[in-house]
Amino acid sequence: MKLNRIRAIAVKEALQIWRDPRSLMIALAMPFMQMCLLGYGVSVDIKHIPVCVWDQQANQDSQDLLKRFQSSQYFQVVGAFDNARAVTAAIDDGRCRVALVIPPDFSARLGDSSRSAVQALIDATDDNTANIAIGYAQAIVSAYSADAWSEALSRRGVPALAQPVALESRVWFNEALESRNFIVPGIVAIVMALVGAQLTSLTISREWERGTMELLVSTPVTPLELMIGKLAPYFGVGMLDAFFCLGLAVFWFTVPFRGALSTLLFATALFLVVVLGIGYLLSVLIRSQLGASQIALLVTLLPTTMLSGYAFPIDQMPGVIQAITYLVHSRYYVTVLKAIFLKGAGVTEIAFPLAAMVVYAGLVTYLAARAFRKTVD
Amino acid sequence: MLGRILQILIKELLELSRDRWGRFSLLAPPIIQLLLFGYAATFEVNAVTTAVLDLDHSQESRELVSAFTGSGRFRIIRVAADEAGITDAIERGDAAVALVIHPGFAQRLRKGQKAPLQVLVDGTNSNTALLALGYVGQIVGTYSTAHMIDLANRVLPGPRTQLVEVRLEERPWFNPGLDSRWFFVPGIVGTVTLVSVVNLTAFAIVREREVGTLEQIMVTPIRPFELLIGKTLPLYLIGIGQVFMLLVTGMIWFGVPFVGDPFVLFVGTSLFLLTSISLGLLISTVCTTQQQAFASNFFVINPIFMLSGFTTPITTMPAAMQALTYVNPLSYYLVITRGTFLKGVGFGVLWPDMLALAALGLGLLGLTILRFRKSLD
Repeated sequence: MKLNRIRAIAVKEALQIWRDPRSLMIALAMPFMQMCLLGYGVSVDIKHIPVCVWDQQANQDSQDLLKRFQSSQYFQVVGAFDNARAVTAAIDDGRCRVALVIPPDFSARLGDSSRSAVQALIDATDDNTANIAIGYAQAIVSAYSADAWSEALSRRGVPALAQPVALESRVWFNEALESRNFIVPGIVAIVMALVGAQLTSLTISREWERGTMELLVSTPVTPLELMIGKLAPYFGVGMLDAFFCLGLAVFWFTVPFRGALSTLLFATALFLVVVLGIGYLLSVLIRSQLGASQIALLVTLLPTTMLSGYAFPIDQMPGVIQAITYLVHSRYYVTVLKAIFLKGAGVTEIAFPLAAMVVYAGLVTYLAARAFRKTVD
Repeated sequence: MLGRILQILIKELLELSRDRWGRFSLLAPPIIQLLLFGYAATFEVNAVTTAVLDLDHSQESRELVSAFTGSGRFRIIRVAADEAGITDAIERGDAAVALVIHPGFAQRLRKGQKAPLQVLVDGTNSNTALLALGYVGQIVGTYSTAHMIDLANRVLPGPRTQLVEVRLEERPWFNPGLDSRWFFVPGIVGTVTLVSVVNLTAFAIVREREVGTLEQIMVTPIRPFELLIGKTLPLYLIGIGQVFMLLVTGMIWFGVPFVGDPFVLFVGTSLFLLTSISLGLLISTVCTTQQQAFASNFFVINPIFMLSGFTTPITTMPAAMQALTYVNPLSYYLVITRGTFLKGVGFGVLWPDMLALAALGLGLLGLTILRFRKSLD
């Protein structure tokens, strides 16, 4: 391995990047744009669920209950109907997600048998929103129910009984339960994975398609030197992108940063080596640019979001799928980012994902260097 | 005219069939992705890892803990001996929820005093934490009410007290089992198709330009319009084939029902493909090299995918971001696939989305033709 050969390749590659200003612009502006768009756009804070009501009782009791829905920040009453058809239509075309139906004998049944019911029709196409809506609605109805009972008791001259078990819940790491705090670090990982793959995955196929590979092969450069030389300038661009993304996360989106900067930079550099290595490996393996791009898109774009645990919790996936997530590089970086940002984790707490990234980086670079053969068939 | 279009069509199909990786990338990855993501994409919360610290060791505290395990929502992974054990389990991420029952819990319950139950929640993933807190509230509420009735019957004079209760009867429509797969599988079909069609289209033109064969084609008597049709028709056919293959796989493998009209979905899919192809063409007129095309694809496809309402609902986005979804073809197509699959709605409800897709597709196509003419001069 000779340093000057690596430097020669690196200079050539850097010049090539420099002379294609549009690609360089894209490489620098893209992460910035994506962070802004996604940081604002992706949120799972489900509030103001549109509700319509069909109040067949229309008296004080039913009004009381509906008022509780109205004043909750989770629901927004958007319409009132007086027939089943209109309610169905409103759910069908998505004007409301939940329809509350209060039966005509709501108060009568509450007086006679002490038991009454409200019906909630829920558009459950999106099962998560439906689940959360059910949770909030149940909380409102049971609070109403408890008040109705104490009122009934006080009418009999009995002082109100409190709920015996007092639930004291405390939330750690993301105290206000803001989804931005866990989504934004995940987005940094996604954007970095895309940047890395996008930067390098065409470097080798380009040489093949343009016919310059013959020239490269005839030089004394070894596969390892070629790889290091080709990746070094991209590593620089990638680190610059990482500074943008992490800076935006901390200063613009104000995600709490509780860990050490050095741990963060170390993990980021490591992840960058992994994604650049994968891009390079794909580039070597697949000669045509169409094939390389298609595969690189498919293995990076969707798995990074779906299988990294950035939004979908990995521990809720079936065992086989959980096992597969260990192959997804961004899984480790997402874990590390969330731990450093929110939990303030040090190197010992995230030793496993860090070690996994080291192994990943080693394996990918080894495979890439081996896969590259200096022959022209 | 037809003959010239046919010639281009045959040439395109031949070219594609000779690209081994390109061919492979059309079949295996989409199916694999559908299967993987179908399992991975869920916000459901089951068997939450839970640590317990029971300092009371009473009948009541054991009942409460078994109410948690009996619900199926919580899985006890550690019974701690002291506070440190609980803190450790949460900090390491072994447990997402911890229950702490302090000494005197049962005694206070029997006396009718408030008995505190402490719950610690790892809020890193706010969505999971929110759902888990909802389930905790329900379980504790049921347990608490049972004790309240018990207590009321012991302390109150006169006949047995009856509990006054208002229940919420939830009726989840369209997805009665609240199954995430029903929601995500139709969405995955659209997303995977978008990724491959946009990329294929962009490369179909840029490759000719980069290799220099575009000039050769332009000196033949073919008109730009005919060239576009000949180039894009095979892509439309590929897209329709891919959607069909994925839908059938999703229905058979994941048991997602299809209650709507296949013709409505076919029309919607055609409009979506028109828009995706136009988008790919537009990218191809802006880019001169395949590397630029590839970089732009990442740049464009990622936000389309992340901000389409595929993983997180559009209603949770800030207003400005919601406005952006009006030019997002995938968000319309998701409404169409979910509408036809789960809700069984037809043109009556979906026409605005279809109209928007058509307008978007034609707009992009017009822009492309303008740019395409210019780029040849």
